[in-house]
Amino acid sequence: MKYEAVIGLEVHAELLTESKIFCGCSTKFGSEPNTQVCPVCLGLPGTLPVLNKKVVEYAVRAGLALNCTIANFSKMDRKNYFYPDLPKAYQISQYDLPLCSNGYLEIEIDGQTKKIGIKRIHIEEDAGKLLHENTDGSLVDYNRAGVPLIEIVSEPDISTPEEAYQYLTKLKSILEYTEVSDCKMQEGSLRVDTNVSIRPVGSKELGTKIELKNLNSFKAVQKALEYEIKRQIKVLEESGTIIQETRRWNESKGITEPMRTKEEAHDYRYFPEPDLVPIVVTEEWKEEIRQSLPEMPHHKRERFISEYGLPEYDAKIITSSKKMADFFEKCVAEYYSPKTVSNWLMGEFSRLLNETGKEIDEVPVTPQMLVKLLKLIDNGVISGSIAKTVFEEMFGTGKEPEVIVEEKGLKQIANENELREIIKKVIDENPKSVEDYKNGKEKAMGFLVGQVMKATKGKANPQLTNQILKEELSK
Amino acid sequence: MAISKCEVEHVAKLARLKFSAEEIEEFTVQLSKILDYVNKLNELDTENVEPTAHIVPIHNVFREDEVKPSMDREKILINASYTENGCFKVPKIIE
Repeated sequence: MKYEAVIGLEVHAELLTESKIFCGCSTKFGSEPNTQVCPVCLGLPGTLPVLNKKVVEYAVRAGLALNCTIANFSKMDRKNYFYPDLPKAYQISQYDLPLCSNGYLEIEIDGQTKKIGIKRIHIEEDAGKLLHENTDGSLVDYNRAGVPLIEIVSEPDISTPEEAYQYLTKLKSILEYTEVSDCKMQEGSLRVDTNVSIRPVGSKELGTKIELKNLNSFKAVQKALEYEIKRQIKVLEESGTIIQETRRWNESKGITEPMRTKEEAHDYRYFPEPDLVPIVVTEEWKEEIRQSLPEMPHHKRERFISEYGLPEYDAKIITSSKKMADFFEKCVAEYYSPKTVSNWLMGEFSRLLNETGKEIDEVPVTPQMLVKLLKLIDNGVISGSIAKTVFEEMFGTGKEPEVIVEEKGLKQIANENELREIIKKVIDENPKSVEDYKNGKEKAMGFLVGQVMKATKGKANPQLTNQILKEELSK
Repeated sequence: MAISKCEVEHVAKLARLKFSAEEIEEFTVQLSKILDYVNKLNELDTENVEPTAHIVPIHNVFREDEVKPSMDREKILINASYTENGCFKVPKIIE
């Protein structure tokens, strides 16, 4: 029998506010434990929360960017459960009247556009952090308690792990573009849960749903779903039944495994939060927020094609991250060839970013530095291949390109006499290749150029090398 | 009877409360009476009445996004039963 998967995704994103959702404590990441807490976020008796206006604005901004309906009337609710990371023993969240609902985003699968529904986006407070290492108990740091979150719930419109990956990539890009979240998964500012069930192709009925946790990257989401779908098919085919449960992704083993969860966790006894009054988003306020929305990825992509003449492929890659797009535009402001800049960004730069797992704003290379490097190539100071070496050094150390060229003696040999001496030597040492070339083997030429490059550690000017080599060979 | 013994046990468990068998019996009767009483509200016609989100008829009470000083950590931890490395310490949570 053929099966299809039904996948839903829940994404929590921390909002980029300065202060927490209900009090003035800082939201800064990485501070000493419990130094960003106060009686309000600790839920001490007699305190009252007051909603941060920016939280509503950011959530509405995300909602508009994701084509949602913005609720004119919305309210906060209490979600009750006991866990040490939750100082009040309830989380202030939204239940039946979320700020945003019925949106969608579009992904591209095999050249086709597919709409994935966004069921709702609501605002809530984050919980604290539990630390279990190097202690006989568990330690609680409440710095994160009260940091504002939006929870974005997709419709179960996703049918493959690849679509889930595309959805998350697109969602992250939109949240970054709208500047509501920095989406740093390694700092926990973006977190993903997913649920998946399978059913025979064509069936309308939904199968038993499995929830997956501990997904630390988008690739992990994709891999966990791939594994889980195969596992569920196997269980069904061996005529077993799938038990509803929460499973954890074990990254090192590449499997999902059952996870013990808080019992009765789904009986949260929501009720309206009496300490907070309802939220009314008027048409005027909504329009004001809409006006503040920056250019979205697909608009930027079209503009990059028309304004800079980039191929569609380049424009798509460069605009997939706002930071990359900003970097590109800063370079192009000072450099004549957008395509050259895009080649570097998609080539060497992306390669090194992938290798180091860093974002473009976390490395010391600035747009000005990249432009300087490109000008060094244009002016014949270094060759294109040496430039890659220089770039790698810039990437690692943050040194200016001309400094690296000077320090490492990487200047191109463009002195004709000097180069001719080297080439003559190469010709003398490789009589076989010279003969091959004279017998019409074009490949031999490439080999000889390679030898010249080797002799000069790549510093020979390529055009000049070709020219002199041909001259010498025809003698 | 508006509530069963089972439900009382369930609610007690959610609230981390432990009761004797007699107490459960007693609360089941009492809670049922309370619920029956509150149930009178269902006799009202609320067809054209908006659900109440808050008893005070105001909305949009906000604060600006400004950082204010937090509390000193010593003060924060002063009432904690156990602390370690600037954190509250609780019995080991097993996932």
